[in-house]
Amino acid sequence: MTVNPKLTPLLLSGPALLVFIGLVISPLVMTALLSFYDWGQYKGIVAEFTIKNWHEVIADGYYYEIFGRTLRIALFVTLITVLIGVPEAYILNRMTPRWRGVFLLVVIGPLLISVVARTLGWALLFGSTGLISQALLALGIAREPVDLMFTETGVVIALTHVLVPFMVLAVMAALQRLNPDVENAAMSLGASAFTVWRRVVLPQIVPGILSGSVIVFALAASAFATPAIIGGRRLKVAATLAYDEFLNTLNWPLGAAIAMILLVALVAIIVGSNRLIERRYAQVFE
Amino acid sequence: MSYLALERLTKAYGGVLAVEALDLTVARGEFISLLGPSGCGKTTTLQMIAGFVEPTSGRAMLNGTDLFGVQPNKRGLGVVFQSYALFPHVTVAENVAFGLEMRGVPRAEREQRVKQTLDLVGLSGLADRYPRRMSGGQQQRVALARALVIQPAILLLDEPLSNLDAKLREEMQTELRAIQRSVGTTTILVTHDQGEAMALSDRIVIMNKGRVEQIARPDEAYARPASAFVANFLGKTNTLPAKVVNEGGRHVVDIAGFRLPAPGRSPAGPVTVTVRPERISFVDDSALGVRGRVQSRVFQGTHWLFHIETELGALIVLRQNDGAAVPLEGQDVCLAWGENDLLIEASRGV
Ligand SMILES: Nc1ncnc2c1ncn2[C@@H]1O[C@H](COP(=O)(O)OP(=O)(O)OP(=O)(O)O)[C@@H](O)[C@H]1O
Ligand SMILES: [Mg+2]
Repeated sequence: MTVNPKLTPLLLSGPALLVFIGLVISPLVMTALLSFYDWGQYKGIVAEFTIKNWHEVIADGYYYEIFGRTLRIALFVTLITVLIGVPEAYILNRMTPRWRGVFLLVVIGPLLISVVARTLGWALLFGSTGLISQALLALGIAREPVDLMFTETGVVIALTHVLVPFMVLAVMAALQRLNPDVENAAMSLGASAFTVWRRVVLPQIVPGILSGSVIVFALAASAFATPAIIGGRRLKVAATLAYDEFLNTLNWPLGAAIAMILLVALVAIIVGSNRLIERRYAQVFE
Repeated sequence: MSYLALERLTKAYGGVLAVEALDLTVARGEFISLLGPSGCGKTTTLQMIAGFVEPTSGRAMLNGTDLFGVQPNKRGLGVVFQSYALFPHVTVAENVAFGLEMRGVPRAEREQRVKQTLDLVGLSGLADRYPRRMSGGQQQRVALARALVIQPAILLLDEPLSNLDAKLREEMQTELRAIQRSVGTTTILVTHDQGEAMALSDRIVIMNKGRVEQIARPDEAYARPASAFVANFLGKTNTLPAKVVNEGGRHVVDIAGFRLPAPGRSPAGPVTVTVRPERISFVDDSALGVRGRVQSRVFQGTHWLFHIETELGALIVLRQNDGAAVPLEGQDVCLAWGENDLLIEASRGV
């Protein structure tokens, strides 16, 4: 049997494509459709086209606050993972292979612990009588007990903890592609260690930092378990909001609209910043 | 007075000596090549001078100051790497300007010097290109320009031409020599290409397993190699076991029965004799020479290369292609050489 060669790629990727359509695209399309359904306290979900869910989310300041908080948290988490993850990756990369293996395991440790156990661990540290509060009091840094539970700071810390490994791995992959002679060359031309880093290493690993940031930002903005436990009911983010609409209020169409807006916003932000940085560092991206 | 002096420079990796007690003095403006087979410690030597590898022991004096007391970024040496090591994220001009920027050279002067240096290496039109969009030869010139523009005390080149094809390499060799002559920078070149070392250098340092075998002018090292290793490494040669015997007050070399008077001061006892293939000639009178049969002959343009099976073993012979008739494959021939064509070295055991 002969097959038109133009069809070969399609046929080869067919099975995966079917799974992808079945498991990712169709629920997404259904969620998108659902967001245009009507809903009422007593009538439940009604298959009538309406834009009132979208209108509600866009017009109501309450939702603005929650989306604003979600983006703020994601942005801070991304920023802090860059600040921590990039030097961390650089140091790891310079270790001898044996130590690098050990420390890499330490770095990706948070990913190996169940999200519930990890987050509840943070909850223990965060309370006003928790370890962090007591340490700050003992050191005289704070005068009153510090309660990080149900605060954005707490959510940011807990999310940063689990997302740093993604940044470290992305940046390390970029670092490993560098030619070590290039650093030596810069040094022989008179650059100090810091200048070598800023002028030669950093610009070359921008693509790695960028891809790490995209992953971290997307995961932080759509995180559910950590904000649910640390932020609780008082400090909602987009993901916990959508969850509440689905399972507490049972207003599925509104929940769907929230989920879709989060998705669209994320895609827009990621694609936009990608474009911007790619243009700025065009030469680093081959 | 010497400009650069390396004194018993040694580098050990674990228990292995990569470079062992290397002594070398270099005069100002001299072009020195470090030549040797892979793994003999050439790169390690260069990197110790540049400061990227910490020496285990030994000293390096540059113009009277101890080089190892100076940070690598303050040594003021120009380094060209085998991989070129250009900054991929900036243009050619910015690559070349980097060292000047680090020295705080004002912008106007910087631009002018970058332009001059790019002219020198023949890249004036490509200042705004990015390294990735250039050929190997062009990248190599950028690396050279980047090292030269800071007017380095010494130019260190680590196999800069090894990634180029044969023709381009020859062109760059000529150019490199011309640039070095015109700028007068003291240069140390690392290479494992004996032709390159001989073509470019004032003196060659021939290394083997971390040790220096010989330091000499190229023609000297070729004509009077200090060891069979050097003779073998610098061009093709024939190595034969033999012995030197005292025959009525005269020293005679006996190569499996083929006897010649030994050159003066030859050591008595078992020796290794080397004779260059171009020093062996074909003779008509079989009484005078070593009999053999042509196994193969290869035409190499300017000369013929013969493999000849003889009573003494397989020998190679080179004949200038001067138009005269040469023996055919399978033909019986008779080979001869004079006593001055032999190099005799006491055998180092086996
Ligand atoms: N970082 C290192 N750790 C351990 N051994 C090393 C290291 N660098 C080099 N060596 C060893 O030192 C010896 C000399 O290496 P070097 O790189 O100086 O050789 P080279 O003469 O430059 O060879 P090539 O022509 O292949 O570049 C080699 O045997 C090598 O295995
Ligand atoms: Mg080398």
